[in-house]
Amino acid sequence: MSDTAHSHQITGAEIVIRCLEQEKVKFVFGYPGGAVLHIYDAIYNQDHFKHILVRHEQAAVHAADAFSRATGEVGVALVTSGPGATNAITGIATAYMDSIPLVVISGQVPVPAIGLDAFQEVDMVGVTRPCVKHNFLVKDVKDIAVTMKKAFHIARTGRPGPVVVDIPKDITAHLSAFIYPDTVEMRSYNPVTKGHSGQIKKAVKLLLEAKRPMVYTGGGVVLGDASDALIKLVKALGVPVTNTLMGLGGYPSTDKQFVGMLGMHGTYEANMAMQECDVLLAVGARFDDRVIGNPQHFFSKSRTIIHVDIDPSSISKRVKVDVPIVGDVKSVLAEMNELVATEAPKQSPALKAWWEQIEAWRGKLCLNYDNNNGLIKPQYVIEKLWEVTKGEAYVTSDVGQHQMWAAQYYKFDQPRRWINSGGLGTMGVGLPYAMGCQFADPTAQVACVTGEGSIQMNIQELSTCKQYHLPIKVILLNNRYLGMVRQWQEFFYENRYSESYMDSLPDFVKLAESYGHVGMQITKPEDVEGALKEAFDMKSRFVFMDFITDQKENVFPMIAAGKGLSEMILSNNIGAEDL
Amino acid sequence: MRHIISLLMENEAGALSRVAGLFSARGYNIESLTVAPTEDPTLSRMTIVTSGSDDVIEQIIKQLNKLIDVVKVLDLNDGKFIERELMLVKVKATGAFREEMKRMCDIFRGRIIDVADGTFTIELTGSGHKLDAFIESLDKAAILETVRTGASGIGRGDRILKV
Repeated sequence: MSDTAHSHQITGAEIVIRCLEQEKVKFVFGYPGGAVLHIYDAIYNQDHFKHILVRHEQAAVHAADAFSRATGEVGVALVTSGPGATNAITGIATAYMDSIPLVVISGQVPVPAIGLDAFQEVDMVGVTRPCVKHNFLVKDVKDIAVTMKKAFHIARTGRPGPVVVDIPKDITAHLSAFIYPDTVEMRSYNPVTKGHSGQIKKAVKLLLEAKRPMVYTGGGVVLGDASDALIKLVKALGVPVTNTLMGLGGYPSTDKQFVGMLGMHGTYEANMAMQECDVLLAVGARFDDRVIGNPQHFFSKSRTIIHVDIDPSSISKRVKVDVPIVGDVKSVLAEMNELVATEAPKQSPALKAWWEQIEAWRGKLCLNYDNNNGLIKPQYVIEKLWEVTKGEAYVTSDVGQHQMWAAQYYKFDQPRRWINSGGLGTMGVGLPYAMGCQFADPTAQVACVTGEGSIQMNIQELSTCKQYHLPIKVILLNNRYLGMVRQWQEFFYENRYSESYMDSLPDFVKLAESYGHVGMQITKPEDVEGALKEAFDMKSRFVFMDFITDQKENVFPMIAAGKGLSEMILSNNIGAEDL
Repeated sequence: MRHIISLLMENEAGALSRVAGLFSARGYNIESLTVAPTEDPTLSRMTIVTSGSDDVIEQIIKQLNKLIDVVKVLDLNDGKFIERELMLVKVKATGAFREEMKRMCDIFRGRIIDVADGTFTIELTGSGHKLDAFIESLDKAAILETVRTGASGIGRGDRILKV
């Protein structure tokens, strides 16, 4: 091997490219700069993957992140040192909070210049440390291949997450043989995948004997490709199921056993069932503050909690659980399914009564809204979007009211179709997320549901969409306010709308047209459906749809921060306590 | 409650900052932290003295295990263990003080490792409590400088933390 190795010396930059080829990477989202010039030169001479030139490094990471969310593959972004690297941070932190597997390659100043405050130098390993699963600084060309192998391995296994590989410029010019390892051995990293059989048996027994069972699933089911196993289990048990914001699509939203999303803007029935159940199965979810609200209030009712998660540190972090099961959710659910199949569950009278209770909660029709004031209701736009796209689109969103309406009113029946920033709540993800989805599935319908605040945080990507002819449809719910901020100011700050009005908005139609896209403005409710049909019929065009919506509309139900699950506000005038 | 956590991690650049960063990011206490390579130079052994409720300690152990560079973590408080800390104290040693300092040092089984005109430097090893007691027993005005390493800990008998 050493003879071959010596006769095939290639540069570090070429090694980086060969590593990406070995990992079967199809797209690299990036932006060139001084420290990565050698790598970009190597990209020029290859055709194994396509490089997508974004307009801002943040968008490169978001697009790679969405590509991963849509496909399950590791997303790859490439940025230069210094400002290129720091621009990528928001993207990396966003992926980290939602456990998205990414490999982000950043250029670094040459090794001899490190620490000397060189031009475009930033300590990328130090800066990213709190928001990556792991990071590496490569200081020898011979280490590039093994580091890249480890980076991909760490990113995609266990609880997935972003990994940064920081490569100094001189290293990418040095020569070495390319040997890509077949396997990775790390004594310090061996994530558990198989759940404890005894615990799984105990969990199934509890679920079968439960009087008021409930299943609550999160992003782990989507990321773990465990949707089919979940459906099988929920069907066999005949129990109600709710998804978190990150878990939507993990269980089909149009199925009658689905009680809607839970949490701060979850449905009445989902939140009440969470609060009142006697046995709760949590799968790939983490009981965060937006999901169960105040943990003390949650504990005011006693229930037995079974928690399945690949990450031991997610278990008993905010909520003490009774039956912890550490393992890959797909494998644990498959094992549960086998046990349930042999037990042949029967529909007990208790379960029947539980469903009657749930139907009564469902009868509140908590997602109903008044659609008769002549203004376009944002909820109505989403309902029509769902109809026009037959529920099959990739829907990306930014962060705020529009995100909640998209989550509530677009009924996701498949996993990996709802692409949003759940954990970090990053405004500006919507458009680059839509780009990542469109690259992942070029003929699919991709809708970016956004607000006039969020869209302007990465509006420059309209240019990228032009360059690559991406037929994305932007659904801008334009209420001229930072709507979620305005809503909180209305509820909790006596209508003092401090800095939440968006003055001086651009003419979005002209803006879209200036990039060569189609722009539309829709001002009347009766035009919503027709405009959506027209837009989605333009299969090869990017269409920017500016819906002028009711400024006063609020997101309901709502649980105020620090309140409990059953303390919902159901409309402008009605709290749950009034019902 | 006070806990002593021992861990083995890859002896790589930045490994210490990952642990220190974890503690500050998640708001955990660090009373002391000591680290040095082991007999296997690819591994570092770290002793962290921290405090918190059982839930917090459980999370600390889990979060430490989650760090990619961390190979093994042991909460020494789960069994019997020994802890030792080293302290160097520079004290005034003039006139009557000189004899008094020598005597105190002997009582605590310390050693005088540097003698100069007017000062002694005393080396003392023991539990944190013992070192505290020594400081307490000295006249405050006599203490010129102290330096402590923080605790190192090891399990008793066949409790062994090794890869």
